[in-house]
Amino acid sequence: MHKGKGMKFVGDSRISAERKPNTSKDYSEYPGRTEAFWPNFLLKEWLAGSVFLVGFLSLTLAHPSPLEKMADPTDAAYIPLPDWYFLFLYELLKYEFASGTYIIMGILVLPGLAFGALLLAPFLDKGPGRRPHQRPVAVAMMLLALTSVIWLTYESAANVNWEQRAEANKPVPASNVEIDTEHPGYAIYENSCLSCHGGELEGTAGPSLVGIDYTPEELATIATDGIGSMPPDQFTGSDEELDQLVEFIISVNEEAK
Amino acid sequence: MLQKIYDWIDDRIDVTPIWRDIADHEVPEHVNPAHHFSAFVYCFGGLTFFVVVIQILSGMFLTMYYVPDIENAWKSVYYLQTEVAHGQIVRGMHHWGASVVIVMLLLHTLRVFFQGAYKKPRELNWMVGVLLFFVMLGLGFTGYLLPWDNKAYFATQVGLEIAEQVPFIGTQLKTLLAGDPSIVGAQTLTRFFAIHVFFLPAALFGLLAAHFILIRRQGISGPL
Repeated sequence: MHKGKGMKFVGDSRISAERKPNTSKDYSEYPGRTEAFWPNFLLKEWLAGSVFLVGFLSLTLAHPSPLEKMADPTDAAYIPLPDWYFLFLYELLKYEFASGTYIIMGILVLPGLAFGALLLAPFLDKGPGRRPHQRPVAVAMMLLALTSVIWLTYESAANVNWEQRAEANKPVPASNVEIDTEHPGYAIYENSCLSCHGGELEGTAGPSLVGIDYTPEELATIATDGIGSMPPDQFTGSDEELDQLVEFIISVNEEAK
Repeated sequence: MLQKIYDWIDDRIDVTPIWRDIADHEVPEHVNPAHHFSAFVYCFGGLTFFVVVIQILSGMFLTMYYVPDIENAWKSVYYLQTEVAHGQIVRGMHHWGASVVIVMLLLHTLRVFFQGAYKKPRELNWMVGVLLFFVMLGLGFTGYLLPWDNKAYFATQVGLEIAEQVPFIGTQLKTLLAGDPSIVGAQTLTRFFAIHVFFLPAALFGLLAAHFILIRRQGISGPL
């Protein structure tokens, strides 16, 4: 910074009228093969960034972001799961020493110790040596923490059937099917099926009944004998009522086509 | 011509020293992958910032369609995903970016840790970095609720129940986040939206500025 008399300014401002050269410093005097960030290194960095971006965009194109059904607070059967990077904290709460009466261990003490130590690492690991073998305690603690996080995440994720979860929770497009509540089969549907398949056949605990591909006979069999995780004897009534029920479901499907 | 425009601006705002401060710094040999390929570990921090920029840009575009209200939140996301041109890509970038940024952040943290680069005089920058990590986890937690689908709703409910079990301030903490001591609903969604797009990004920008100014002040740590 120039000081004293003889300084020239632009107008009445404090901006020096003297131009400073706009060139990079000469880095040849620096140790090793130091180079200037601008523009030499930035060009290379740009290339690395482009490769990364292509990989990232390929990922987003190959795997569209998931969206489940609209939140339904009354859905008591739903098993909650956090995003993958919170799974380790979630899994920790399943251990006996970190749940129930010891819940404080799981939600405050253990995560607090781990993250507190991470935050204060420079003050816990104060020796001058930077190489890992010069600070065995710090490195061992980090490896222990890292292994625990990876193990807990694995334990949590390995027991989830992700495909089945995604399949069961696929979003249902807003139906434009008009449900004919006057239909004689509707009352039977209401009694036997509605609690699992929803008021508009959109599916809740059970799957949607709109857009299914079954013959009337198959539908009748499913209603009485069940299928997959659907238990038998959901429908108990006369054969005539069964016919009306099947006819109702078929009629809704006909309309939805 | 360009030089004249530059000089005109330089006369008025003295841009050369600012530009030199921002752009002109050295890249030592030991961090340059062109000389030592293993130096690619020094890219993790920069790539984390790159993904943060992707998150900011894609997030800005998402708010053009997103409606933070329990009736329309899911519908607006569904509409964006199925009807809007390239909407699926923009949402996909924000969705995957949220995961990739955590991965890059973890790799960057591990690089700095195992190289002992947080030692004197860089203690403060390490702490700023860990705070950035916390802010990023907060962004992940609040952003998870916004699509208002089942997984979002129930994960948030569990998260809030955990917050409630904190001794002494649990109920207050839950009310602060959810807007109500027992209901996870309309208030929760608007609060999480505000936290996700205003409060935490503000903290993020401040901490990022501190992180970068400190790096420039102190220079990158030397070779091991």
